[in-house]
Amino acid sequence: MNIFKLSIKNIVSKPLNSILSLALLIFGIGIISLMLQLNSLIKTQMDNNLKGIDMVVGAKGSPLQLILSAVYHIDSPTGNISVEDAKKIKNNRMVGSSIDLLYGDNYKGYRIVGTEQKFLDLYNAKIKEGRKWDDPFEVVVGSKIYSKFNININDELISSHGLRETGEQHTDQLFKVVGLLESSNSVIDQLIVTSPQSIWDLHDDHDHGSEEHDEEHDHEHDEEHDDEHDHEHDDEHDHDDKEITAMLIKFKSPMNIIQFPRQINEDTNLQAAVPSYEISRLFKLFGFGIETLTYLAYLIIIVSAFSLFINLFNSMRERKYEMALIRTLGSSRRQLSMMIIFESLILTTVGFFIGLLVSRLGVMFVSSLMEESLNYNLKSFGILNEELLLLGLSIFIGLISSIIPALQVYNLNISETLADE
Amino acid sequence: MIKTNALNFKYNDQASFSFPDINLGKDENLLIIGSSGIGKTTLLHLLAGLLGSNSGSINLYGQDISKLTQHQIDKFRGQNIGIVFQKPHFVNSLTVKENLQLAQYLGNKEDQNRIIDVLSSLDILDKQNKKPKKLSQGEKQRASIAMAIVNSPKLILADEPTSSLDDENCDRVIKLLKKQASEFNAQLIVITHDNRLKKHFKKSIKL
Repeated sequence: MNIFKLSIKNIVSKPLNSILSLALLIFGIGIISLMLQLNSLIKTQMDNNLKGIDMVVGAKGSPLQLILSAVYHIDSPTGNISVEDAKKIKNNRMVGSSIDLLYGDNYKGYRIVGTEQKFLDLYNAKIKEGRKWDDPFEVVVGSKIYSKFNININDELISSHGLRETGEQHTDQLFKVVGLLESSNSVIDQLIVTSPQSIWDLHDDHDHGSEEHDEEHDHEHDEEHDDEHDHEHDDEHDHDDKEITAMLIKFKSPMNIIQFPRQINEDTNLQAAVPSYEISRLFKLFGFGIETLTYLAYLIIIVSAFSLFINLFNSMRERKYEMALIRTLGSSRRQLSMMIIFESLILTTVGFFIGLLVSRLGVMFVSSLMEESLNYNLKSFGILNEELLLLGLSIFIGLISSIIPALQVYNLNISETLADE
Repeated sequence: MIKTNALNFKYNDQASFSFPDINLGKDENLLIIGSSGIGKTTLLHLLAGLLGSNSGSINLYGQDISKLTQHQIDKFRGQNIGIVFQKPHFVNSLTVKENLQLAQYLGNKEDQNRIIDVLSSLDILDKQNKKPKKLSQGEKQRASIAMAIVNSPKLILADEPTSSLDDENCDRVIKLLKKQASEFNAQLIVITHDNRLKKHFKKSIKL
């Protein structure tokens, strides 16, 4: 037996009292920690997917929508742009590299993206099994999708038109799985990637059927006879039929980020949006809510300090005779004061950890909601530095709430207390 | 071995007490008898070092306790003095055994066997894992005696141990106290207004 054990026994012998005096602290710590976790998880998730993308070009509409659809794959695209227009931007000397994106179909709600192979490099995605796509209708599948639907190499997937599961199914043209991607903790985990040609073919087939083959065959014949005419015809063909949904751009120099997007928005019928700018705007919007809630939680923590103090003070008065008894058994005043301080510190530390637990349950809950509606998940339950500050705050609250009761115990008049009985 | 000299305590101008000198040899027990309001509890608290005297000296086993600091008195009391209160009191969050362990910890005399010895000699060994509140009145009284003697004190101070008991139980409790004191080589000082106890003590002082 020692003073620390005695403190624990005192707490455990009145569990309801202890929990009650901690309820507010748990609540406050839980909210703050939940906010911190969500903020950091969403931010890392967002930033993870933003790497290497300076600008997104797509059809006119809301810039935030363009970013959400083309970078995070959670909103509908603003529309399509012609390959011709895209080419003009690609050829601008400020553009370092670009990646085309094409949407059209989905597999059970997960998007099939037609794109170039360097799209994989953007997310450092590595092939886990199989190979990259070469021919149309060969696809590489993100880790979340193949583990969820148990997809293997050489499986054939039936896609649905549009971005929702409910779209018309393309049963005539199946996608063949040629590769599975390692998990990269970025959006590519929940995408099915293929060549742009797959998407073009899939939707051209609807319009032209098998004619296209013949047409191309004809061109080859023509080529031999009339070069000039063929060129014109070919260009027109591209111009008419081929569209892409959006284009991810990396600049040669970061300086271009100011001038170039404005130029596109003013001079062309395309829209350029800068992800880092749009995302910080989005964060400002819901950051206000987070801030308000956090202030509220700090207020709750301050109130919790009072509630803990009152609880300790009352329980000390209730146990006054016990305190006197402990002194007569040979305890020094300091030991007795330590007992009170320990009780308070143990309570607040336990409260901190329960609060942390509550926040993790909250994260799991929010994550499951996001997963359902956005195919987005938030992992990682590590302890943030800010949460260590919260532990410091909890300990501080434990100390200040116990100062007055501890002083009272220190100055307890044993003789009077015993005689008063 | 126990010697007081010209002991005086003053609560305020109206209430001040002067106590007769006590001079007790080794193995001698003492009954201090007096009616209410005469300063019995004050004397007990002075002897136990729970109160400091205004003048005079208290010498316990060669140690003048009025010269000790608060911290030293607490330690001295924990190791040498056991107190039996009028009403039994315990740390309620602990079991009987844990209460005794706490007393040993504070008196710096940790010894599991001693706890078992004391509890069996008081016939409440089977109650060791019970919380004090679950004990009957008689068991509580015996457990409080266990608290007082667990550290093998040289001196046991008992404050009105029999005031609320009938004759039969009064007899039983005082005999138990005397038996425990002699069994564990402690001296017993009982402070009471209860005249029934006179016949149990050779030596008594009237306040």
